[in-house]
Amino acid sequence: MIICTNTMDYPLRAQCQRVQKQMVVNGEKERVSLLFMKALVSRGSVDTVAQQMAVHPHYLESFLRTQHYILHMDGPLPLPHRHYIAIMAAAQHHCNYLVHLHSAQFLRVGGDPLWLQDLQAAPARLRLLDQINKVLAHKPWLTSCAHIQALLKSGEQCWSLAELVQAVVILAHCHSLCCFVFGSDADSNCSSFSKSPNGTSPKFCFIDSANGNTNVPPSLSSSPDLITHRRSLDSSSGMTCLKERIQKSQEECEKREVRLKTQVLQQADLEEEEEVICSTDSSRFITDPDFCYKEFAQRDDDHFEVFRVQDYSWEDHGFSLVNRLYSDIGHLLDDRFRSVATIPSLNTHDLRRAIWNYTHCVLGIRYDDYDYGEVNHLLARDKFYIKAVACFPDTTKTPGCRLSWTSLKPSEQIHVNLLIMEARLQAELLYSLRAITQYMIL
Amino acid sequence: MQCFLTERSTMEKMSRVTTALSSNSSSSGINGVTMFCHLDAPANAISVCRDATQVVVAGRNIFKIYSLEEEQFVEKLNLRVGRKPSLNFSCADVMWHQMEENLLATAATNGAVVTWNLSKPSRNKQDQLFTEHKRTVNKVCFHPTEVYMLLSGSQDGFMKCFDLRKKESVSTFSGQSESVRDVQFSMKDYFTFAASFENGNVQLWDIRRPDRYERMFTAHTGPVFCCDWHPDDRGWLATGGRDKMVKVWDMTTNRAKEIYCVQTIASVARVKWRPEKKFHLATCSMMVDHNIYVWDIRRPFIPFATFEEHKDVTTGIVWRHLREPDILLSGSKDSTLYQHMFKDATRPVDRANPEGLSFGLFGDLAFAAKESLISGDSSRKPYGGGDRRNPIFFFKKPDLTEQFAHVSSALSVFETDLESNRMDWFVKTAQLYLLSGKPFADLCDHNAKVAQDLKRPQVSTTWTMLRIMFSDPANLTMSGCSSFSMKDLAAERALERSKCENRLDNIHLDPTNSHITNVNEENEETEGSEGQAEYMFGDAELDDDDLYSMEHDNTTEQEEYTLPSEGFQLRHVIVDHPSAPEHLQQDRADSPHVSGNEAEVTCLTPIESFSLISICQPLYSPQLTASFFCPIVTEMLTFYAEQGDVQMAVSVLIVLGERIRKEIDELTQEHWYMSYIDLLQRFELWNVSNEVIKLSTCSAITSLNQTSTTLHINCSNCKRPMNNRGWICDRCHQCASVCAVCHHVVKGLFVWCQGCSHGGHLEHIMNWLKGSAHCPAGCGHLCDCLVVRESPVFRPDLDRPILTWLGLELPRPDQFLARTGTTACPS
Repeated sequence: MIICTNTMDYPLRAQCQRVQKQMVVNGEKERVSLLFMKALVSRGSVDTVAQQMAVHPHYLESFLRTQHYILHMDGPLPLPHRHYIAIMAAAQHHCNYLVHLHSAQFLRVGGDPLWLQDLQAAPARLRLLDQINKVLAHKPWLTSCAHIQALLKSGEQCWSLAELVQAVVILAHCHSLCCFVFGSDADSNCSSFSKSPNGTSPKFCFIDSANGNTNVPPSLSSSPDLITHRRSLDSSSGMTCLKERIQKSQEECEKREVRLKTQVLQQADLEEEEEVICSTDSSRFITDPDFCYKEFAQRDDDHFEVFRVQDYSWEDHGFSLVNRLYSDIGHLLDDRFRSVATIPSLNTHDLRRAIWNYTHCVLGIRYDDYDYGEVNHLLARDKFYIKAVACFPDTTKTPGCRLSWTSLKPSEQIHVNLLIMEARLQAELLYSLRAITQYMIL
Repeated sequence: MQCFLTERSTMEKMSRVTTALSSNSSSSGINGVTMFCHLDAPANAISVCRDATQVVVAGRNIFKIYSLEEEQFVEKLNLRVGRKPSLNFSCADVMWHQMEENLLATAATNGAVVTWNLSKPSRNKQDQLFTEHKRTVNKVCFHPTEVYMLLSGSQDGFMKCFDLRKKESVSTFSGQSESVRDVQFSMKDYFTFAASFENGNVQLWDIRRPDRYERMFTAHTGPVFCCDWHPDDRGWLATGGRDKMVKVWDMTTNRAKEIYCVQTIASVARVKWRPEKKFHLATCSMMVDHNIYVWDIRRPFIPFATFEEHKDVTTGIVWRHLREPDILLSGSKDSTLYQHMFKDATRPVDRANPEGLSFGLFGDLAFAAKESLISGDSSRKPYGGGDRRNPIFFFKKPDLTEQFAHVSSALSVFETDLESNRMDWFVKTAQLYLLSGKPFADLCDHNAKVAQDLKRPQVSTTWTMLRIMFSDPANLTMSGCSSFSMKDLAAERALERSKCENRLDNIHLDPTNSHITNVNEENEETEGSEGQAEYMFGDAELDDDDLYSMEHDNTTEQEEYTLPSEGFQLRHVIVDHPSAPEHLQQDRADSPHVSGNEAEVTCLTPIESFSLISICQPLYSPQLTASFFCPIVTEMLTFYAEQGDVQMAVSVLIVLGERIRKEIDELTQEHWYMSYIDLLQRFELWNVSNEVIKLSTCSAITSLNQTSTTLHINCSNCKRPMNNRGWICDRCHQCASVCAVCHHVVKGLFVWCQGCSHGGHLEHIMNWLKGSAHCPAGCGHLCDCLVVRESPVFRPDLDRPILTWLGLELPRPDQFLARTGTTACPS
């Protein structure tokens, strides 16, 4: 008799094994499958975002680790609050996909379903975050220590510095993730369902992934398949293909629905709860829908100075502060920024730097040691794409806003999106951390 | 043994001679006071000229030279000229040449390296402009002795050496790692320079060999923001990093060796050795912390001195003169430039608590306190090590600053008698105490005796007291009973009660007394205080039950298999506990002594009886309810626990059980249990610890036994995990646990050899091994070690075989052998 000490829970393990089987076991793929398994175990789902990122396994690893840490691990904020903050953040960019995802998770960790009705139903403390959420999402350069002060000033609803930092990290993470979601069409499955004419309830798309009670849809979970799938989409980049894809996913959805009906019966009560959420859209978490990105260069007054990275950089300043107030997050974020920079794709270093710096530039952060003429030279028309993804991700679906580098491989396109996402994450963090630093000096 | 250590230094004596702190005694001949001036913009770096009369301040929007007057800074020159100065003026770093007083170099944030010649007649003093770096230049450094040699380190990962007579760099050093944060020429070695990197590495280069670094080592986790060579000792390099550490490396050896490490509270932005002081260095931080610290690296836990003037992070620090240890200049993001005098520094040491206490490996206790506190102790003798703490300094000047830091402390070392400090008593007590399985009074007596034998009279007395307090008066000697008339009554009542409580007691009692039961039935009824009677009864029955069933099982099973008793005891408890109520009833019915009626009577406690008690009995009588003692017992338990004898606290808690449990809050109990269990496990008293866990009433503790109780098994045929229910492997369709002797599936206790994995019914294997030492399966293995496990038990709720030991401790093979003595190891 051999005793094997395997602490994994059985249903999950079975699921993992299935995922494992679907994966081609070699090198990188193995790594990805391992990551997916971990994700399955921890959250019961592998969402489309992670599947997209799987082409860059090293990055995916640090991304998932960070996400898991800020949403599920030790931290000053209670779990439901974290997901609620994530919902608020995603709603700013009308990212229904993330709103749904986090709503489900919010309920799962025991959040009050009432809060999901709209922002007014949430506790005043969380509503206070709305201001900084709005600013960070659309005009991060407006972030000032007044915002921080408002949140921290003592009173019944006041925040502690540690809580605030975690909240800000979650906000920045989710805002930037919205960029990726829209940039890489990760939400298209979701949105296609809701638009589907045959009356399929949109709930299945995310319930499926959020509950973890069903299998990962085969087309999404097997990464080789996924890549070919995406390649066909990207190479033609035409509407026909998109239509095809929507149709395909609808069929898939129907198939899954049948499967679901047999499988999910015992979870009916949970679904009912979640059905409530899906029926409405994300705008109920927003207070000021007109507040949106404005060209930094054309801002009204010159009151807001250009943010110089040389004066407040992530490596020197941001890291130390965030790590001090929310332990270990600095290392995790650092790892993310590093790994996105070392992804072995987009071979030219200059191009990477151009994308990164341009993203920062549209958000008002400048590098003394960078010649912004290079941006025009290297990025040319894609400047619009980058700006759209970084600043108003919700409109990226409008035609004419696609990457024009047709020569880029899908993995490279994802890399571009990752770069934009990380740059935006860092930008928001820098602005908010600088504000906190200023607050601390006061 | 006691000894005494003085930390008196020779320096301190000197300082007594020179009472005035003064700059006039300093070799540099520089006077000064603490002073500051406002700058127009935040400073990024500062540097002084060689003769220490001027300081240059550089930042994004500032580039000025101030002269250092006696009591103020005076702006001499603004180098930032032009209406809209270019980014070349935005300085990340600045350095004043130490040989040539008109020569300055700046590192610009846009990647330019600029030199400035103050002797130029024009307003713009810019001399040379090198734009070879692609990214921000973090650091520039002039060679300490060579006039025309300038070194730069940039964010792009390159270091460049410039000859100021040429228009271009003469050599480029590629670190092959990330951004360069600092470059420093060695003070002593002409050709050597050190470079620190963002990835935590430090590299040593020879200026003549740009192709490859001489040496590289990882100094910090995360960026190394700064490094500084020791001005006197050629081998020492101090580095400071984002990991909040300052490390001093000895570079003379083959591998760079970390010789000192100072932990600060924030990332270290700059580090500068203090002139004339071998062990001192100044640091400032990049974020959050605005102070400047001067550390004595030999005392890394508390700063030697602190300058707390700045309101925002300090960005540049520099000692004013190479021979002047008492004046420090600093620039800050709060747009001020300060000159700090050492005499005005705050000394954290003064506010520190200079008492220390430490335990040695063998229980010795060392205690250091200020001399004044211990004075008058005649038995101490001076410790001959005072000088050793002050190694020879390389200067003759008296160390005036020592007057601040002087603390002479007395160090007392108390040796402990090894014997007395042994924890043997703990182990013995843990092993010998009885916590359950006997009537309360017996437990107390037993434990009291154990304590007595171990020469712990107080503990022993406590047990006796507890017995008196909580037992029924009949079990007492009645010594304290004064009321004569009550005595009989009480005794009889107690007799009655004790009968209920424990049959064993009844057996010991004089059987003739039992007839009184009937006579005094009324009395008994009236006297019983309700709650107690009730639970005493229940409790006692349970105890009985445990005791009986255990004895029974032990005897039978031991006869049968001669197995270690603990393996069974625990198992049976688990099996039996849920069914206890049934036993209880059985016992009641069976009991020849306690009739069903009586049992009911005792449980029923009429209220009117209470008044009776209060009337006919004095307060002080033995009829004091047990709850009367609860507060004092609680206090006693807390006392023991706080004294560190958590063993006593927990043991009493368990023995008293319900009697006291409600009086102490759950969390405290849990805390005690945890500590005791931890202790027990450290002493490897697994059985006792398990018993304690089992007997505890805290849910958090009892659940300890439910963790990691699942064993996953592999099929013995195909070596794959057994996923399905039952005993048949679904992969190879074979029975997994087949007895090697009878070839049937084992459902129940399975014993197997860890050597060959064969096994079978416990009984069969036992019998087999009586006759042969070889494996019954015929594999030829000499099965000397056997381990018992339970066969898969099918639990419908879990839908897979679950093997639970349920508190059963796995005996180690050697233990097992020793206890069972089945087969001696043939090898």
